[in-house]
Amino acid sequence: MNKIIKEFNKGIIKENPIFVLLLGMCPTLGVTGTAANGLGMGLATMAVLIGSNIVISILKRVIPAKVRIPAFIIIIASFVTVIDLSLNAYFPVLYEKLGIFIPLIVVNCLILGRAEGYASKNSLFMSIIDAAGMGCGFTIALTLLGSFREILGSGSFFSMQFVPEGSPTFLFFVLPGGAFIALGILIALFNKMQQLSRE
Amino acid sequence: MEYFTIIFSAIFVNNIVLSRFLGICPFLGVSTRVSTAAGMSGAVLFVMTLAAVVTYFIQKYLLIPCDIEYLQTIAFILVIATLVQTVEIVLKKVSPALYQALGIFLPLITTNCAILGVALLVIKNNYDLLQTVVFAAANALGFGLALILFAGIREQLDLYEIPASMKGAPIALITAGLMALAFMGFSGIV
Repeated sequence: MNKIIKEFNKGIIKENPIFVLLLGMCPTLGVTGTAANGLGMGLATMAVLIGSNIVISILKRVIPAKVRIPAFIIIIASFVTVIDLSLNAYFPVLYEKLGIFIPLIVVNCLILGRAEGYASKNSLFMSIIDAAGMGCGFTIALTLLGSFREILGSGSFFSMQFVPEGSPTFLFFVLPGGAFIALGILIALFNKMQQLSRE
Repeated sequence: MEYFTIIFSAIFVNNIVLSRFLGICPFLGVSTRVSTAAGMSGAVLFVMTLAAVVTYFIQKYLLIPCDIEYLQTIAFILVIATLVQTVEIVLKKVSPALYQALGIFLPLITTNCAILGVALLVIKNNYDLLQTVVFAAANALGFGLALILFAGIREQLDLYEIPASMKGAPIALITAGLMALAFMGFSGIV
């Protein structure tokens, strides 16, 4: 039981995909203009990650070592297609907002990284735990960054406006330059917290 | 004039890294030295143009006639992965000097989302063949420009004292943010 909790937790803090491993930066910066978009992207990526980790863990003895990377990529691409079509059918607004970044989940290094580094070596159950932990870490980081940018940039949180209409906000944080700087600040804060908790 | 608009917009106004957020991994990963940044830019220019043309043909003569456009993601990523491997093998045989310069960057390019991103943008924008070539090459040049400028700044940055928690990724991201801000000055021109 302890091992399960440890594997799950590592994705959230110790090996957080965004704040520590710096994987999957493109969607992180591209779709986090609002908290809702960040959450949606995080959940979509988590779904693909769990699906691909399950299939790869089951097939790990069947896939020949020499062609494992192309095989992993096809498995991941199939799950991305499933997510792409489902989002289009059930969440058209979110689908419009995320746009090109949905097919691009396929080249998210986080997913291939977990396939190669974890699912192809570990049992089915542990692979699911690992994918869920990493997916949660990714989703939390994206939602945090989205909230940070939305609160400062448009004065709202999950589209709930809390500053009066027309009052000035830091519009800068919604723009591309603000995305880089907001993420830089968050990673620096995360490093500082890690440093303080060690002392 | 139409081509000038595509080129100017791809390099400066909608820069693929600083405004579209594609190819961030190599942008942060191989930008510590100007020389490696230049090598990576060359490899991207080559593969991006080739990949955009090949995926253009795949879309037009395979996916649309067979009515299987929903397989786009799988087809494109497979084609790009195969293409990168082929380029690597051919380059090794035909031009060892070029392989020496670009070789180590080629495997990294498969998971560079800028390549797949540009291929998808071409389809989305409904470009014809010549526009596709111009668009892909211009985007690659935009990538190269951002990457080399960024590497130049990071080389200088190494010489300064930075607070411990800002070292590495945070200061690099903030630098990139300032660059994106500078590039925003171009918006509205095209």
